[in-house]
Amino acid sequence: MIRPEEEWRAFLDQGRFMIQRSSSTGGYVFYPRVAEPGTGAQDLHWIEASGRGTVHAVTVVRKKDPAESYSVVLVDLDEGPRLMSRVQAVEPDSVAIGMKVVARIVREGDQPLLVFVPA
Amino acid sequence: MRPGFPRGEAAIVGAATYGIGKCPGVAPVDMAARAALAALDDAGLALSDVDALYTSAPYEALGGLELAEYLGLTPRVTDCNRTGGSAFEVYVQQAALALSAGLINCALIAYGSNPSSAAAKAVGLTRPSPWEAPYQPLAPVSSYALAASRHMHLYGTTRRQLAEVAVAARRWAQLNPEAAARGPLSIDDVLFARMVSDPLTVRDCCLFNDGAAAIVLVRRKRARDCAKLPIHVLGAAHAVTHREISSMPDLTVTGAALTGPQAYAQARVRASDIDLAMLYDAFTITPILFLEDLGFCAKGEGGCFVEDGAIAPGGRLAVNTNGGGLSCVHPGMYGLFLLVEAVRQLRGEAGARQIRQPKLALAHGNGGVLSSEATVILGVPDTL
Repeated sequence: MIRPEEEWRAFLDQGRFMIQRSSSTGGYVFYPRVAEPGTGAQDLHWIEASGRGTVHAVTVVRKKDPAESYSVVLVDLDEGPRLMSRVQAVEPDSVAIGMKVVARIVREGDQPLLVFVPA
Repeated sequence: MRPGFPRGEAAIVGAATYGIGKCPGVAPVDMAARAALAALDDAGLALSDVDALYTSAPYEALGGLELAEYLGLTPRVTDCNRTGGSAFEVYVQQAALALSAGLINCALIAYGSNPSSAAAKAVGLTRPSPWEAPYQPLAPVSSYALAASRHMHLYGTTRRQLAEVAVAARRWAQLNPEAAARGPLSIDDVLFARMVSDPLTVRDCCLFNDGAAAIVLVRRKRARDCAKLPIHVLGAAHAVTHREISSMPDLTVTGAALTGPQAYAQARVRASDIDLAMLYDAFTITPILFLEDLGFCAKGEGGCFVEDGAIAPGGRLAVNTNGGGLSCVHPGMYGLFLLVEAVRQLRGEAGARQIRQPKLALAHGNGGVLSSEATVILGVPDTL
């Protein structure tokens, strides 16, 4: 029995960004679940994501000094699924819709976190 | 497909608000009870008439049971649905169906919440999404900001156009003695207010204040004998498209694009027939999206539609005449206040903000982060 979130986090902890794919429909799925939304296909297996994507929408959360403002983006993965993340290694104000980005796994506290940087 | 709705068979016969703005020292259920009793009084009905109860308590999962107990009711139908701010439009749909079927005879829909006065921080009923929370979006404003960013990118919608929505709401609020925010507000005040989550400033965001409301519905025949002009439910449709913003199918098209056409077909009216549009304004982007999705203008033209005070008093379309969630009241779930204002306008009770002889009103509720959309069309008896 697949344990979607637990398995995904274990992969992430090993430095691997995985998404799911249905063997029967070929559809890619993120966030991880037990069946493909819409079709209900339960034959999902893990595959390594390309990590490539495009910024679909962006906002900057404005913090009062000295805290730093940061971006919150929706990224369309090249495989199709959309997810929320942050674009790092660049000023939040320069993150724009249409920007090509690639995934990075960083550590925040003791947790691995999936973020993106400009491609 | 047939519209599948008992057009006009149910009517709102009582409507009331209570404690808008600041309501300290009491519990949310106290406020809901005050509004409920005022709405029954407005209808000329009593608690003993009520046999169906619909409520969405702000911090109590079993809120339907709580309010039934508090009021001493033994309802045949009790619901405490979790579709967020749209819950009350969904209740109108469900109550109309239950009334039409003869399952119930008198429905009470009530809500109270006092987040700005509550002594202790409320315990939320929702858990943070494990797929979004690590990125620390401000809930819920960043989700709406993401939708706004996409609308601006695709259609050239501007921050100034968003500001028009806030200023129009304030101008209506200035005509409503009950509205909480009635001070002057200019386009520049909105544009240069503190940015919260781009492109939305604090003035693009709704209030978070106290308030309670209630409405009472009965069948058409009995409605004629109630105290006030009955306001009939001509159509009611609901759609859920997602929970979190990252799963919204299209950030610029809401579920209102589904519920609008259904509700119009049920009511046998068109957008151009609507005299008053009560559109859930949690943020300035939301009325723009709903004006488009509900057919008041084409997709992408919502920003242009609201320019030059077009939805302010004296504009081309009356929108959110109570001052909306932006300037009147937003205690967490605002949907019931849309319905109360629509009833007051259709009855001609809206005082200085009264629009001229309205016959048809649309109330559109929104829940979650553009997740749950529900459209109700109301009409005076002439529209039957």
